[in-house]
Amino acid sequence: MNKNKVTTMAAKKLSLKEKYSLLTRDLDWEFSYQDRKDAFPMEEFEGIKITDWSKWEDPFRLTMDAYWKYQAEKEKKLYAILDAFAQNNGHLNVSDPRYVNAIKLFLTGISPQEYQAHQGFAHIGRQYGGVGARIACQMQSIDELRHVQTQVHAMSQFNKYFDGFQSWSNMQDRVWYLSVPTSFFHDARSAGPFEFLVAIGFSFEYVLTNLLFVPFMSGAAYNGDMATVTFGFSAQSDEARHMTLGLEVIKFLLEQHEDNVPIVQKWIDKWFWRGTRLLTLVGMMMDYMLPNKVMSWKEAWEVYFEEAGGALFKDLARYGITMPKYAALVEKEKEHISHQAWWTFYTHGHATGFHTWIPTDEELDWLSEKYPETFDKYYRPRWEMAKKLEAEGKRFYTKALPQLCTTCQIPMLFTEMDDPTQIAYRDTVYNGDRYHFCSDGCKDIFHDEPEKYVQSWLPVHQILQGNCGGPGVEQVLSDYYHFNVGADNMDMKGSPDEKRWKQWKGVA
Amino acid sequence: MSIQIKTSTLEPVRNTFAHIERRFGDKPATRYQEATYDVQAETNFHYRPLWDPQHELNDPNRTALKMADWYAFKDPRQFYYGTYVQQRARMQENAESNYAFFEKRGLAERLPAEVRDLVVRFLIPLRHLEQAANLNNMYGTAYGYGTAITQALLYNAMDRLGIAQYLSRIGLILDGNSSDALQEAKGYWMNDAVWQPLRALCEETLVQKDWFELFLAQDLVIDTLMFNLFYVQLDEKLVADDGQDIAMLTEFMQEWNKDTSRWLEAVLKIAVSESEENKTLMTEWISKWRGKAAEAFAPLAIEMLGEDALTIALAELDKRVAKAGIK
Repeated sequence: MNKNKVTTMAAKKLSLKEKYSLLTRDLDWEFSYQDRKDAFPMEEFEGIKITDWSKWEDPFRLTMDAYWKYQAEKEKKLYAILDAFAQNNGHLNVSDPRYVNAIKLFLTGISPQEYQAHQGFAHIGRQYGGVGARIACQMQSIDELRHVQTQVHAMSQFNKYFDGFQSWSNMQDRVWYLSVPTSFFHDARSAGPFEFLVAIGFSFEYVLTNLLFVPFMSGAAYNGDMATVTFGFSAQSDEARHMTLGLEVIKFLLEQHEDNVPIVQKWIDKWFWRGTRLLTLVGMMMDYMLPNKVMSWKEAWEVYFEEAGGALFKDLARYGITMPKYAALVEKEKEHISHQAWWTFYTHGHATGFHTWIPTDEELDWLSEKYPETFDKYYRPRWEMAKKLEAEGKRFYTKALPQLCTTCQIPMLFTEMDDPTQIAYRDTVYNGDRYHFCSDGCKDIFHDEPEKYVQSWLPVHQILQGNCGGPGVEQVLSDYYHFNVGADNMDMKGSPDEKRWKQWKGVA
Repeated sequence: MSIQIKTSTLEPVRNTFAHIERRFGDKPATRYQEATYDVQAETNFHYRPLWDPQHELNDPNRTALKMADWYAFKDPRQFYYGTYVQQRARMQENAESNYAFFEKRGLAERLPAEVRDLVVRFLIPLRHLEQAANLNNMYGTAYGYGTAITQALLYNAMDRLGIAQYLSRIGLILDGNSSDALQEAKGYWMNDAVWQPLRALCEETLVQKDWFELFLAQDLVIDTLMFNLFYVQLDEKLVADDGQDIAMLTEFMQEWNKDTSRWLEAVLKIAVSESEENKTLMTEWISKWRGKAAEAFAPLAIEMLGEDALTIALAELDKRVAKAGIK
């Protein structure tokens, strides 16, 4: 090459796609000295066939310099607001101190999963042989780290003034109801790299994320929590990138080889079911834990899954992908699960790291209005009974520990959807041991990989086996879970949270 | 409402989270502390990974190095995501104005042909080494233990992708966006005899299993030699050959090295002072990779800079190792 070429040529204008390709895709090379399969050893064991990584369409074309620039601007704004929130005691502006329990559930139940998402994306961000997909996963990995850290910072102020936040790190891998989200992410991370991406990138981030993120963040907005809602807005543009990655991976896998279609369908079925089970906690939060309601769980399901998801699966039909198995059952479940879950938490409120309560009369009326088919018939009478008992000074706590589903790890609280008075109960025997399930969906998942799910660390089994200290539940709560017993748990009424709030507000 | 009056006297119930209080006492915590310590889960993993059934999902035994507390690896820069991206955004702003200046003034056209050839043959192929460094730091992020070190490895992984992209942009500036320079440089990386031992070494790092050993191989041994040879000695040669303008395009790497060295040297010191066993292990690993890297860089260093260059770079590495208390 000679110098003249440089001097005479006007710089060619590169398209974004060409430029991104040169700056990213072209970094990879064909190995000569090692077997490439030893460097990227996990691509084949799931049976997925990748014939040509170069067919990967980068869902967003962000170079690192632009990433640093945009993300730093977002962080600057976010932390300015978090600082202002702390300086002005923003926690005093929430609608009602009961609201704070929703974000206790978020910090203990969701934030640790953001960290697991960060770890899972780091894993596949190392393992994928295709450089385009790999780098998109690396960016999601660092975004997810951002999310856990900004959530911890946003809630740090609440931790200073309310109970139930302080032990989130210890609680994440121990507490009975937190094993629901924790095992969900363990399941995805322990799977192969393509199942992980279908589970988290597609089924969770693309299909179901609006049912997790929007309810919590809108809940924060409706209830005066500026710290959390600011985090939510700030994270939204990251989420948009994650969703396009989730969709791209599905299309890529389906286009690479027809043999991938049944594998992907199986994963969609599995993760849709596991995802909806996990979202029970969100449904409960929306219907019962937000003093100012955003919308009912049922409405959210209709808007974000039945309409949006319906259109998506219509679009995927050309690849031979059908609606997830049990989607029809979930249409029935939307009428029931939030009520069944909050009742379970209410009655186990002594073992729960946030406060529970009976809905106010206005809230009961709202539930009756939102669930005309089911609430008055099946659930309102329970709350009327609980109100009566409470008025008599006999607030009810069940003494028994709940039996858990081996797969989703939710207590066996769901009913048959055609008979809401009958608890749904499935079981199977594997290698001489009996395993219990809340549903056909969870039983199917177990049957497909029993050797995986027999490993489940079921919190109630572990307590009963003496692996969580004891001897009583109280010691498990204080010594193993690190609850401040008497402050973090029990009813909202009479809690230190409530007393302090009244002092701050100057009401008796 | 009289909120403003009350807020001035509102006493917090606690200063920070319980796990932070256990480590640092009952006092207000920094954002670095709350974003870092004990964030990663440590127990009760539900399922063994299908892809590594010998280990738990988060498992300290993916390296032979032992630490009583993996959170001893405090980052002296105190980088959590927010501070990291803001610091890098400042660096990229500076880089952006350098690149813009370089292009606006048409400085590529003023480069002597020999300088251009030096850059294309020796500097730009490094973008592939940077990609290996990206993967190797991702490896530590994914399989390392404790947020203190894994988050720093992730920041370094992303830095390396960024550097690979800056190097690629130098190529595009030199070839007027035709990508000819990038293709030519890739040709050297793939086929030029002096590059092959280094490419073989990069490929070898990509099949390593022990993440801390890999961290030493990449971030200590290879990177120390690479930085000295290319960004110190080659830089001097370019200046001598009337190519000092290139330094505008590599200022980011200079700043990055300064910043990352603080962290790297802290990690080395902490790991080695933990125990005699760690010291022995690290001494073995470093000596093994020093040997491999010295061989791999040798033909390139001679071709690019002459006989003494590698000796100088190795002395730099040995100095750094000694400073950490190894040997």
